[in-house]
Amino acid sequence: MRRYLTRKILIYLLTFFLAVTIDWLIPRFMPGDPIRNMLARVSVASNASAIQMMYDYYARLFGLDLPLWQQYLNFWKALFQGNLGISTYLFPTPVIEVLKRAVPYDVFLLVPSILLAWYAGNNFGAFAARSKRLDNFVLPLSYVLTATPYMWLGILLAWFFGIVLGLFPIAGAYSFSLRPTWSWTFLLDLLHHWFLPFASLFIIDFGGWAIGMRNMIIYELEAEYSRYLTALGAPQHLIRRYAFNNAILPQITGLALKLGVIVAGALVTEVVFSYPGIGYLLLAAIQNQDYFLIQGCFLFIILGVLIANFVIDLVYIVVDPRTRRGMVGESA
Amino acid sequence: MALKVENLTVYYQTLRGDVHALEHATFQIADGEIMGLAGESGCGKTTLGHSLIVLFPPMKYIGGQVWLDNEELPIWDSERMNAYRFHKVSLIPQYAMNAMNPIRKIGKMIQELLESRKVDYKEVLPELKRRLDLVALPHDVLQMYPIELSGGMKQRMVMVISSLLNPSLLIADEITSALDVATQKAVAEMLVEFRDRQFVKSMIVITHDISILYQVADSILIMYAGVLAEKAPTQSIIESPRHPYTRLLISSLPEVGVRFADKRLSGIPGNPPLLLDPPIGCRFRDRCPLAFERCLEEPPFIEVAKDHYVACWREFENHA
Repeated sequence: MRRYLTRKILIYLLTFFLAVTIDWLIPRFMPGDPIRNMLARVSVASNASAIQMMYDYYARLFGLDLPLWQQYLNFWKALFQGNLGISTYLFPTPVIEVLKRAVPYDVFLLVPSILLAWYAGNNFGAFAARSKRLDNFVLPLSYVLTATPYMWLGILLAWFFGIVLGLFPIAGAYSFSLRPTWSWTFLLDLLHHWFLPFASLFIIDFGGWAIGMRNMIIYELEAEYSRYLTALGAPQHLIRRYAFNNAILPQITGLALKLGVIVAGALVTEVVFSYPGIGYLLLAAIQNQDYFLIQGCFLFIILGVLIANFVIDLVYIVVDPRTRRGMVGESA
Repeated sequence: MALKVENLTVYYQTLRGDVHALEHATFQIADGEIMGLAGESGCGKTTLGHSLIVLFPPMKYIGGQVWLDNEELPIWDSERMNAYRFHKVSLIPQYAMNAMNPIRKIGKMIQELLESRKVDYKEVLPELKRRLDLVALPHDVLQMYPIELSGGMKQRMVMVISSLLNPSLLIADEITSALDVATQKAVAEMLVEFRDRQFVKSMIVITHDISILYQVADSILIMYAGVLAEKAPTQSIIESPRHPYTRLLISSLPEVGVRFADKRLSGIPGNPPLLLDPPIGCRFRDRCPLAFERCLEEPPFIEVAKDHYVACWREFENHA
């Protein structure tokens, strides 16, 4: 057990290191540079030598005048001190502050949509596997849903429910007329704005999980332990419960595998709905070549996906006795 | 008479038509009798065994009746059959290695299974433990997951589960096929032990391995191409078989002490007919060295000596 966990943690640390390195590299591969961008935005002076002076000053300030390897080392040093740098786009706010404002919206959007879609999709898929007629209807629909890009469904929902029916707002996390407070009016407004982005994430993931579960259940009901129980006259509900318990295992692994995709999907959905989470922020950061903000956003995503995966690894130990046995075998 | 089967006919539904896997099976098994059911692959022995307990599509009930302890079994009605399964008729499946839910502890699974059949687990538990002792399994297995048992242990565990409610008829389907010879012998002896202790009243042991049947079976039923060929006490089948197919089958078995470098082991030339459109008359006709005109008619399955049933026109002629 201990050996298993140590190994897992080592693998996660290695993944973290590689992912963060790529995260550091990617913005630097983009054409253009953040300081010129920043100066262009404020358009301080028309004098070329004045601009050059300001450019040198800011390049030194952000440490961008150093050789790349030095920048890379400095980046890790700063990271261990909890310093993600200062945003050039929202200068002079530290990246940490910017992220702190955005992260709650992400958590609020991602956690319910991922978990609810997983839970509901699995239960619905298991239910659909029982009835031929329901299955004939649900299966094609689920395939269409799971193949739909997140933002496209987001746009459709925004158009239909927001513009045609006018039931839901299509942008922002709350009305411009309100300020964030712990009041019922504000919370209701928040939920009202949250619903469409949530629904577009939920519906697509729901389709995927429902298909997966439906296929797994049909497979498990054909499995030999199911046939044995049938031969011994066990009632359907017991056989179905066993099938469900077995079929849920690959779905848990599936959740770990799909987490990255879902988070990426959430990013574009946020852009569609101008929802002020990491996705929306990331788009702005990329458009403004804000190295530090891009790094910060990706760092948050990397951490989120890795932690969630680790939690799923732990859950798996609890639900599948065979993993536990494997661990005993290893240490023996 | 524990089991009485009359005219049982079961087909398989396929896209190309019905496969005549079992036709007009008529036989009886006495109380305490272990009947071996042998024949080559695809001759319908598993179909016959399964039709007595799990007659599900693509198997299709065509006709015939089955009585167990003088009570008719509704084998064509899976819902009604549920009441008899496990309590009266039970099955040790071919796939015993995978017959248990991999993510439940074995004891827990047995408990859930029993409770779903309205049997009190606590009441059965002492008997269950006695039987574990009998098959030399430690009581700890109830706290284990199936993956923690070896193949032979799983096989014995499934034998214990299947016979737990003392069924009148236990169908053991190819249960020795996946085991090594030493374990085969132990399993075979356990079957006999189960009968001797009256855990089960009578048994059908399905196998293609006649030497196993020689050890356990009181009588042997030989099938060929979906029909019954011969049923007789084990000694008679081995020493004085009457059906030409049985004779050729027995003569194909290797014998101890014979060097097969000197004497080639003979097989039966030809292949069994396809059951999608079986030939009329005796189904062994094409491969039978003794076939004559009469064999174009289907031979009945008749008792030619005490407890010795044969379906062969030649045999009837010899007796006439």
